[in-house]
Amino acid sequence: MTDRPHIEVKDLCVTARNAQGETFPIVSGIDFALKRGEVLALIGESGSGKTTIALTLLGHARPGATIAGGSIRVGDAELTRLDRTALAQLRGNRIAYIAQSAAAAFNPSRTIMDQVVEPALIHDLMPRDKAEAKAVELFRALALPFPDTIGARYPHQLSGGQLQRLMAAMALITDPELIILDEPTTALDVTTQIEVLRAFKAVVLERGATAIYVSHDLAVVAQMADQIVVLNQGRIREAGASAQILHSPADDYTRTLMAAARPAMRPTPARAAVPAAPLLEIRGLTAGYGKIDKAGRPRMPVLRDINLTIERGATLGVIGESGSGKSTIARVIAGLLPPASGQVLLDGEPLPPGLAGRSRDQFRRVQLVFQNADTALNPAHSVQQILERPLAFYHGLKGNAAHLRVMELMDLIRLPATLIDRNIGGLSGGQKQRVNLARALAADPQLILCDEVTSALDTVVGAAILDLMAELRRELGIATMFISHDISTVKAICDDILVLYAGTMVETGPRAAFQTAPFHPYTDLLIGSVPEMRAGWLEESHAGRGPPPIGAAGDHPDLCRFLPRCPARVDGLCNITPPPRHPLAKGNRILCHLGAESLCPS
Amino acid sequence: MAGAATFSGMKAALILIGKRFASSLLTLLLVSMTIFVIAQLLPGDAAQEALGQSATAEQVAALRHEMGLDRPAPVRYASWLSGMVSGDPGQSLVANMPVAEVISSRLPNSLLLAALTALIAVPAALAIGIGSAMNRGGRIDRALNITTLSMVAVPEFLVATIAVLLFSVELRWLPSIALVSDEMSWGEYLRGVAMPILTLSVVVIAQMARMTRAAVIDQMDRPYVEMAVLKGVAPVQVVLKHIMPNAIAPIVNAMALSLSYLLGGAVIVETIFNYPGLASLMVNAVTSRDMPLLQACAMIFCAAYLILMLIADVTAILANPRLRAQ
Repeated sequence: MTDRPHIEVKDLCVTARNAQGETFPIVSGIDFALKRGEVLALIGESGSGKTTIALTLLGHARPGATIAGGSIRVGDAELTRLDRTALAQLRGNRIAYIAQSAAAAFNPSRTIMDQVVEPALIHDLMPRDKAEAKAVELFRALALPFPDTIGARYPHQLSGGQLQRLMAAMALITDPELIILDEPTTALDVTTQIEVLRAFKAVVLERGATAIYVSHDLAVVAQMADQIVVLNQGRIREAGASAQILHSPADDYTRTLMAAARPAMRPTPARAAVPAAPLLEIRGLTAGYGKIDKAGRPRMPVLRDINLTIERGATLGVIGESGSGKSTIARVIAGLLPPASGQVLLDGEPLPPGLAGRSRDQFRRVQLVFQNADTALNPAHSVQQILERPLAFYHGLKGNAAHLRVMELMDLIRLPATLIDRNIGGLSGGQKQRVNLARALAADPQLILCDEVTSALDTVVGAAILDLMAELRRELGIATMFISHDISTVKAICDDILVLYAGTMVETGPRAAFQTAPFHPYTDLLIGSVPEMRAGWLEESHAGRGPPPIGAAGDHPDLCRFLPRCPARVDGLCNITPPPRHPLAKGNRILCHLGAESLCPS
Repeated sequence: MAGAATFSGMKAALILIGKRFASSLLTLLLVSMTIFVIAQLLPGDAAQEALGQSATAEQVAALRHEMGLDRPAPVRYASWLSGMVSGDPGQSLVANMPVAEVISSRLPNSLLLAALTALIAVPAALAIGIGSAMNRGGRIDRALNITTLSMVAVPEFLVATIAVLLFSVELRWLPSIALVSDEMSWGEYLRGVAMPILTLSVVVIAQMARMTRAAVIDQMDRPYVEMAVLKGVAPVQVVLKHIMPNAIAPIVNAMALSLSYLLGGAVIVETIFNYPGLASLMVNAVTSRDMPLLQACAMIFCAAYLILMLIADVTAILANPRLRAQ
């Protein structure tokens, strides 16, 4: 009995039905087992079936899918033989689920406490007051702010990272023997991810629960798992102990995944002699929403005093967490949001602030590539229709000339010409993103603004898009503004980097300056929060450990925005005087009181 | 801290509801102007109607002066509006008695018919809509779908006629005319109005059930619903505890729209069953050019509509913590 694994999945097969009514397997031949207290990671790209498998451990298949064969044993329960009522008794009781996006998985109309104690109440495990007391205890253990009162709030009043931890509390309220974590940190910023991972590790895993951790990120998995199962297209490619998979992967696919997770440095072409005027220049830009006061500050400022230049053919990386205003920069340049004050100059000439004043040629020269190709491309149109539209609009190309140019573009984005009649819905995520890029290229622009173009893609597909962009840059010499939340990608492909925090530029410089410390404390936190692909990183990392205590902040509007989170803040200086912008020896400029010597050498 | 948050949340909600109430009053004022202007645009007036084709121009003018119809329009509007506000909408020109009296003999009938219909239709529509949504794509759903669709599609005079043929002519269970009087007992009254209620219910149940189904299904694919299922919540509880708080706002809105029809839109049913309600009174007022009566009826219908919409909006505000907390 003691030798018997706690969880055992044998020859599992899940099928789905397509529009024609044919049944086909989405995962098949899945075998794995784990002992009590072990953590098993299911890793793979989207469509690999990792979430499907994780859900079968709750006896659940999403609408349209069916658990068709095999056996799933959790403890003494064989899930494939249980009816709905029996399954409902296990769920949220002995087996708990932590969903990918806590922001969507909490009911927006009910209080957090209501939802957190619900599993304990519906399974009649304890009275409500006891459950609430236990919930508060869990909130405290998960390092949530205001543990005594946070339960009275509604989901929209809390941040993504807090909700993810609250979801862990909801899972733990019944002391489950198995916890399923479905990409619990994927939707979070890296700086938040590290805090949530620490909380999970301390509270979820150290209570001795068995866990299944679903992720696409090998480096995250390296911190959490004892065993790793690598999946591709519904089948197991490789399975084994974490150390073995991470250090000596046997399968080619695993190696591809690992390579894609570490972005290779792409060489940047040597810069030609810099012409007199940069291609794009932004001077003293402030933008936001709401009424603009006399000093040129909008009521809800998003960007403050942004100054930047992009040379012809150069790539500028803009990095920051969600809400930092990085997409707003692209929207201001494209004319979607007129700035409150400041200027945008293209080729030395000021661009009209809004869409209304711009000429067709000014539109043509700056093209915006949106993050999500699924929503940016009209699903009712074919590839050809999508690419011909800008050709007709900007260049008046029609008929055969347009067709020839579409063929050229297809060649440029490395898609087979046979796809041009395909509807957008019939393309894969990576192909869609290529078409999205080609649509911008069709205008023959001087500058493309790429807003998180690889964020919605799997790492392998995203790496291919980055390669394509590097190639296009060599061939066409188009300048790029590359907006991303991923500092490793930005470091790998950009000439210059701009770090945004809460709408202010905290650090700027050439990429060489971003390879070694010292950095601005926020840049340091960003770089230090990117998980490394080795066990024990999470315990060793200093990132996100919390700032030292400090006196009350003054009310100067230009005080350092990073002050509340800064681990290097100095009492009597940072909370009183606005920080100066000053250069560091290696070529970057930071907005900080501290000099190179006092910034932590990480 | 939580207490303070709830308190400020409730305060914010009260302010929002207050604003919504004020905008309803403003709408009612604008509606009163529109009604007054439209009534002026109708050809002919009560003086003409009372005296008939053979009257001379002098006679008509004299009667007009007597009835106060020759004063300037803004003056007549102001006196009418102040009368409406103080509960005296004027003298019915045709019946020669106060409008308030004419209406008070009909309004309770209309309200009672609407209330009884709502009492049956709302729970039935909720049950059908939710049941249908929970069996989405299944046999019950398809059957209910076809039924409600054909109920929406069949005009109410046809429903009423078929009901009369079936229950009065063939089965002889119910009277074909809904006679009501003060001396009737409740049982007699219910028997009398059973067919009007049935006919009105058919129309509004179908509309409301379809909207309920759509609102519930809209929520069913949300991640929080899957999360509730994976917490082990039973299917009925998933709908009642998790989906309904989020679906209630669109459902109440659709219901308010459907129910507002029960007062003003009941004219066909009132006519077929000869039921002494407000809608048929208003139609009579149009044909006899009885402007004070017509205007008063129109104001009552608009006010009822605005009250229902106000209820729907207040429900939406109270059901949504995001609106409550702002």
